[in-house]
Formats: sequence, structure tokens, C-alpha cells
Amino acid sequence: MTNLNLKPLFVALLSGMALVLGGCQSLNHKPDDSLYQQLGERAGIANVVEDLLYLIVDDERINRQFKGMDVAQFHHNLTDQLCELSGGPCTYTGREMRELHSHMTITNTQFNALAENLILAMEQNDIPTGAQNRLIKQLLPLYPDIRNL
Amino acid sequence: MTTRHLVTLTMALLVAPSAMADIGSRIWATGGVTTIEGSAGGGLVPWALLGSYASDEEWGGTLALGRAEVDDYTLSVTGVGLNWNNRLEITVARQTLDLDSLVFTLKDGFGLQEDELNQDIFGAKVRLAGDVLYSPWGQWSAGVQYKRQRDFTVPRAIGARDDSGTDVYFSGSKLFFAAAMERNLLVSLTARASRANQGGLLGFGGDRNNSHELMMEGSVGLFLNRQWLVGAEYRQKPDNLGFASEDDWWDLFVAWVPDRRLAVTGALVNLGDVATLEDQQGLYLSLQGSF
Repeated sequence: MTNLNLKPLFVALLSGMALVLGGCQSLNHKPDDSLYQQLGERAGIANVVEDLLYLIVDDERINRQFKGMDVAQFHHNLTDQLCELSGGPCTYTGREMRELHSHMTITNTQFNALAENLILAMEQNDIPTGAQNRLIKQLLPLYPDIRNL
Repeated sequence: MTTRHLVTLTMALLVAPSAMADIGSRIWATGGVTTIEGSAGGGLVPWALLGSYASDEEWGGTLALGRAEVDDYTLSVTGVGLNWNNRLEITVARQTLDLDSLVFTLKDGFGLQEDELNQDIFGAKVRLAGDVLYSPWGQWSAGVQYKRQRDFTVPRAIGARDDSGTDVYFSGSKLFFAAAMERNLLVSLTARASRANQGGLLGFGGDRNNSHELMMEGSVGLFLNRQWLVGAEYRQKPDNLGFASEDDWWDLFVAWVPDRRLAVTGALVNLGDVATLEDQQGLYLSLQGSF
């Protein structure tokens, strides 16, 4: 019996939430690029990617996976990709992630090493903790593609 | 000036090769810390995380010292752990409970002269599936803790049935990136089957209940940055002994993980009533080294 009484309250609560969420949405006419701004726009992202490359070259756990790659091309593509993922005005034009990594058999150790280097590269560029977390959150869906799971 | 540079350089040379090569590749603080029972987790509650920083092609280990000082007791813990491929964790812990004030109760009530209780805990935990950072559904592990009393006189006198027992638990942990104030949130939930009295320090089973019961344990922690984690834990407990009622445990913790080698954890712990002595609150401090 008490359940019946709770139902209108629940509906009212849901409608209230919908109004609040809808309100937020209609306020933001253009896509949210706050993360892109926090990363220092494309130039800031390019610096992070450059420092990431230096860290990768020095990292015995993963540098062999990057042997023979076109460094300039890699830098350009990854910068575009992070720019796009962070809400910036870029388009990633590289190969599809799963296809790109399919022959590499990347282990969790190697994936962790890359994640660590990315965090260190962001720290070297004074990217705030919150922006670091938000970028990694955007990158998470790529995990199964990169690990070929 | 020259001396200082020399020292810095020597330190860098000592630290750098090992830091780069051996310590393990998992991201900072994803090994949790060593609980009072030796398994990786928080202070009181085991998490689905495995100790040390070993990733899927690596070995790792931990060494930990912990101490909880509450109103009428002091608990000291020494623990070691090994992690193979972030798949299997093996731990051994020795707990020593100084009875402090309870000594008088035992002497007057039971004619016992004990002033401390000791327990060994042998633990194993298997990561069944998932990764705490990368899997949308989190990381899931199952573990056992075989506990053995080294001094059973007191637990026997107050009604415990056995001097050894096995806890079995199932645990899930998940880190939610940028979940609150753009900070990462670590959530763990553990279900444990246990018949341990005060974690086993007062033996296993009793007159009120003598079989395994399912207990829920949980913890929530927020990473302020990658070195600082603040949070809370709650651990439900059995209540097997007619001699004294047993309460659930909870704590508020701060963990500092300056790098992979060291973790320092401080906590305000509330153990409730313990063996007739009421409302046991105090401080917990733990140091953990990883290799």
C-alpha cells in the first residue's frame, strides 16, 4: 500500500530531474570544448604528444612496438585524435584503431606503460588533474580496440 | 654545491634503473594498500585489486607494517605479499593484539594471565575478470583467508569454538574517471563468508552462532590527485559470542602514494564494542613498500 503512495513522488522526482537535465542541455548550444581549452587547444595537445613520444622512446617496455614508425605522422595523427576526443575542431584521419593495432598483440603491461607515459607527459605540461582525468575517460573506449579484445 | 650534485646524481643512479625496470607497470596506487589481514585493499576491507604493481607479464611484492591504537587495545600487523601477473596474490600476515585494559577483565573474570593475542593469516586472491581502470564493468576477484590463532586460551574461555577458520570473499572494484569534481572515484564492494570473531582474534564460531554468515563490506575513495586518496570503509561483522556483542567496523582514511615504492595510510577507525570494552575508536597507521 505504501508503494502506491510513493509512486507520484517518484514520477515528480523524475520529471524534476528531466527538467533540470533538459535545462542544462538547452543552455549549451555549442558542443562542450572546455576539456580542449584546458589542454591548451591543439598547440597544447601537440606539446603533450611530443613529450609522450620522448617518453615512449626511452621506455624499454614499449619502444620496440614503435620501431620503424613515421614519427611526424604519428605525432600529427595522435594530436588530431586527442584534439577531437577532447571536443576540439579536429578530425582524426589515421587508420581505425582496431585495425591499426591488430598485429601488435599489446599486453596489459604495455598498455599500462603507455597510459603512465601519457599521464607523465600531461604532468610535464602542467595539465590540471581534472583535465587529465577527463581525457583518460574519453580514451577508455579505445582500450578493447588497442588490446584487440 | 659539488657535493650536493654528487649526492643527487648518486641517488638518481640508485633509484632510476630499478624504478624504470622492476617495480611493475600498473598505474600508481592501483595496488591498493595492505589491509590488517594482509590482502590488498584499504585498511579494513579487501578490494578486488591485487597488491604491488605487477601487470600481466610481471612479478611484484609488498611488505607492510600497520598499527591501530584504539581506546583499550593496540593491534600490530606485519604483512608480506606476492603478485604473479596481476592474476594471483599470495599473502601472509601476523596480527598481534595487545589487550591493555582487557588484561584485568581476564584476570578477575577468568583467572587468565594473557596480555596479548596472536593470529596468522594466509591469504590467496585471484583476479577473475576485468581491470579496475579500463573495464567498464570493473575488476572482479575471489579470495580466501585461512586464519590460525596462536594463543587460543582466551578465545576458548570466552566461548569461541575453534582456533582456526577460513573466510571466503568475492570482491568487485571499479575506478570511475572524472566522477566527482573531475576527480577519480574508486568504489569497492566485498561479500565475505565468515565465522570469525573480531576478525579471528577472538577465535571462530561461538554459542550464538557457529556457522559461516555472509557479511557485506564496502569502500569509497576519491583520488585528489594520483598521490592522494581519501575515503571511507565499512565492514559488517558476525556476532557469534554471548560473552560480548560485536559491532561493525568503519574507518575514514587518507592514503599517500608518493610513488610506486611507498604507500602511507592513516585512518580514524571505529571498531565499536570489542570484548565488553565499549566504543573502541582510535588511529590506524600503515606503511607499505612495494618491489
